[in-house]
Amino acid sequence: MAHAQILKESNIDFLGQRRIAAMVSGGLMVICLLSILFRGFNFGLDFTGGTVIELGYEQPVEVTEITATLANEGIIDATVQYFGSNRDILIRIAPQEGEEASAKLSDRVFQLLSANAETAIELRRVEFVGPQVGEELREQGGLAVLFALIGILIYVALRFEWRFAVGAVAALMHDVLFTLGMFSIFYIPFDLTVLAAVLAVIGYSLNDTIVIFDRIRENFRKMRKGTVIEISNRSVNQTLSRTIITSGTTLLVLLALYFLGGEAIAGFSLALIIGVLVGTYSTIYIATAAAVWLGVSRTDLLPPEKEGKVVDNRP
Amino acid sequence: MNQYPLWKNLLILAVILFGLVLALPNLFPQDPAIEVKAESGEVSAATRAAIAAAMENAAVPVKAIEARENGRALIRFTKPSDQLRGQATLDRTLGEGFQHALTQSPDLPGWVEALGLQPMFLGLDLRGGIHVLIDVDMEAAVTQALERYTGDIRTLLRNDRIRYLTVGHEEGRIQVRFREEPLRDEAAKLIRREFRDLEITTGSQAGDYYVYGILPPAKQEEIKDFALQQNITTLRNRVNALGVAEPIIQRQGERRIIVQLPGAQDPARLKDLLGATATLEYRLVDTEHSVQDALDGRVPVGAALYYERNGQPILLKRRVIVTGDQITSAAAGFDQQSGSPMVSVSLDGQGARQMRRVTTENVGKPMAVVFIESRTLTRIVDGEPVKERVRSEEVISVANILEPFGRRFQTTGLDSSEEAHTLALLLRAGALAAPIEIVEERTIGPSLGQDNIDQGFRSVLIGLALVVIFMALYYRIFGLVADLVLVVNLVMIVAVLSLLQATLTMPGIAGIVLTVGMAVDANVLIFERIREEIRNGSTPQASIHAGYDKALSTIVDANVTTLIAAIVLFSFGTGPVKGFAVTLFIGILTSMFTAILGSRALINLIYGGRRVKRLAI
Repeated sequence: MAHAQILKESNIDFLGQRRIAAMVSGGLMVICLLSILFRGFNFGLDFTGGTVIELGYEQPVEVTEITATLANEGIIDATVQYFGSNRDILIRIAPQEGEEASAKLSDRVFQLLSANAETAIELRRVEFVGPQVGEELREQGGLAVLFALIGILIYVALRFEWRFAVGAVAALMHDVLFTLGMFSIFYIPFDLTVLAAVLAVIGYSLNDTIVIFDRIRENFRKMRKGTVIEISNRSVNQTLSRTIITSGTTLLVLLALYFLGGEAIAGFSLALIIGVLVGTYSTIYIATAAAVWLGVSRTDLLPPEKEGKVVDNRP
Repeated sequence: MNQYPLWKNLLILAVILFGLVLALPNLFPQDPAIEVKAESGEVSAATRAAIAAAMENAAVPVKAIEARENGRALIRFTKPSDQLRGQATLDRTLGEGFQHALTQSPDLPGWVEALGLQPMFLGLDLRGGIHVLIDVDMEAAVTQALERYTGDIRTLLRNDRIRYLTVGHEEGRIQVRFREEPLRDEAAKLIRREFRDLEITTGSQAGDYYVYGILPPAKQEEIKDFALQQNITTLRNRVNALGVAEPIIQRQGERRIIVQLPGAQDPARLKDLLGATATLEYRLVDTEHSVQDALDGRVPVGAALYYERNGQPILLKRRVIVTGDQITSAAAGFDQQSGSPMVSVSLDGQGARQMRRVTTENVGKPMAVVFIESRTLTRIVDGEPVKERVRSEEVISVANILEPFGRRFQTTGLDSSEEAHTLALLLRAGALAAPIEIVEERTIGPSLGQDNIDQGFRSVLIGLALVVIFMALYYRIFGLVADLVLVVNLVMIVAVLSLLQATLTMPGIAGIVLTVGMAVDANVLIFERIREEIRNGSTPQASIHAGYDKALSTIVDANVTTLIAAIVLFSFGTGPVKGFAVTLFIGILTSMFTAILGSRALINLIYGGRRVKRLAI
């Protein structure tokens, strides 16, 4: 058959490397966890509260001038930076005390700068999040991740077997921790869309894992010979080209999104890029290894009564 | 082998055609437009003609003026700048009784409109506009209710001549203090009979006898619910007065209200108006006592110290003649004699009677108008948010009562005509039942919205193009089939979004992009299976059959788990996260349809039912 192929039939001993993989992953997890605990996140406005104002000037402006104008009026916690060009300005103001904590602050800033500018300024974007909302979003975000994991644990346990469910969730937690860890270590701004991306990573990584588990189950039923390790290895290899192609096409799209989608979803795409990469790795090295390590066996997966016949896989 | 029965092919074709028709309205451009609404009845043909004439006079090019089914008129423009000039022209042309609002309207041909089809509903981040999340101070609603009860109890006891020491409330409990036990018991009986909502208990402490009243939890919930509903109504009235097309005002959770105004561009004015609590009170001036004494701390009984806008202190009687609640309508204008801004108000029946009685009894004496505003702020104290209420009361005018007056009269003393307009609007819209605070705001300017659309669609197209090229190169004929169903999938997503009128946001576009990446996964799974079967020596037809068959359960499993994630995102997420979850959810469902059934149908048409030597895969 003359078709393009990324991989010829591969036969890599993935599970043979499971101890090295476990050590590498374990080390990374510890680093990520330490960073999350001690360094924390560069939480965006959604979680900390505060104000972001994006302005469009008709002529190039100096950042220092704007900072000075604001400081003159007592707005000192403001970070002023260019946003794309030297006519576009982004102002971030940390949550304020008292009167200034209200949604009115952005109006004051806009009036102030309008009065000081020679030409009209365009108010391109204002985002204000009150402190209580930020706290709620942090809480809800954590809960969402937790519930997604629990929901998936239940589904996989029902559909396969508890050892697979634990393996899948271990891989998911690995991916979530790693993605979060990268955002913490490199101090990349973490906003609501990044949280959404982390949840999407859970869905995506699981997708990958399920495909391999499905194959392992099928092979257990089909192949009478072979140890658990051999069959698992075989399954990972059989699905390898699919794993790589799907990750590849998803990455293609994500890269387009990252470079062309604009600032608003850059964090989102980055989180998914990290997640897809680590998800592909964890599918191969973590999920299956965890299930094997927990002692999954052929009898666990054989259909209870209809012996021999490959039955429809529905429960 | 590998042939779908005719009905199945037709069904798939029908679904796809249906999707195409639903997605069709999105192809038509959105016109900048202005919607004109008559406060009562319809916008007549005569009015439309008058608008057309005025536009022509002002040299504003108009694309069309249409009568809408809901009795409103829609003026279409070709350019946003024309739209803004058109708005200015309308301001001058249309008198009282009309409202107009900027909007965008797709220019659909008659037959599309006749089918009732709508394009996707774009979120604020894509079309520009203002989103605010409002927190209703529920505790204040309950406190206000307690205050009403204490006032009513005081009146009740006074009318029945039961002597009490104090009436007040503390920590959610009403307390009435008496000197003697029999008085207390009599009062308790009376209060229990008159206020069935309250749970009444009695007690004694430090030689005094008490009646306690608390609001049962169910009643408190009722009060809170009412406050929220009332606030939504009031906010809706206020927003409608602003003239924004398609405003969204809805409840979120226990104590929040979302207000979304597509296309609105003045967040400062909106926020002032939403949060404003300005109202009026009419009181008699206390001329019998000395202001100086009050300033020194000896405020006479039945009077209270106020300040005028220029800082002048003034003593007013405690009793209020009429409050803002009793005002049924209000309009701003200018006083004919002085030319200063004024608000003319009309009172309801009870308010009018009270006003007539008090002014008749007090002709020649001065009456004051108090302007009341209150705000809620959240401060961070020791890292915890704490709510703080600030109430300001100013006397805006003092004038002698020249003759008794009743239902309609004017109030002057306002700083500017802007303030008069706002006050009139607030009085008309009704008061807020509980103080509110804006806890979140997201404003997107119209040009940024357009940028977002352009960037979003460009990244979708480029991502799609990359995947399409890869698939065609890698899987050849099968790849082309996958590409075709991928495009159909996009059309289906757009169709479902249009049908449900779900809001498409920027994260929503990201969700679509992600589905594009993941949608090919189903086909990759199938194609890899087919290749495997071929390698194992199966015939081409058997390989196709086995490939689709064996991949099915894997695809379903993989998609169901992603669906779980999407559902969790939807139920926990707010705003941007929800938008992403919606398109992800829809995308997974449509991709299962197109990637499994759609691609199979096509492959069957190409290879099915004939002898095939080799597959181009």
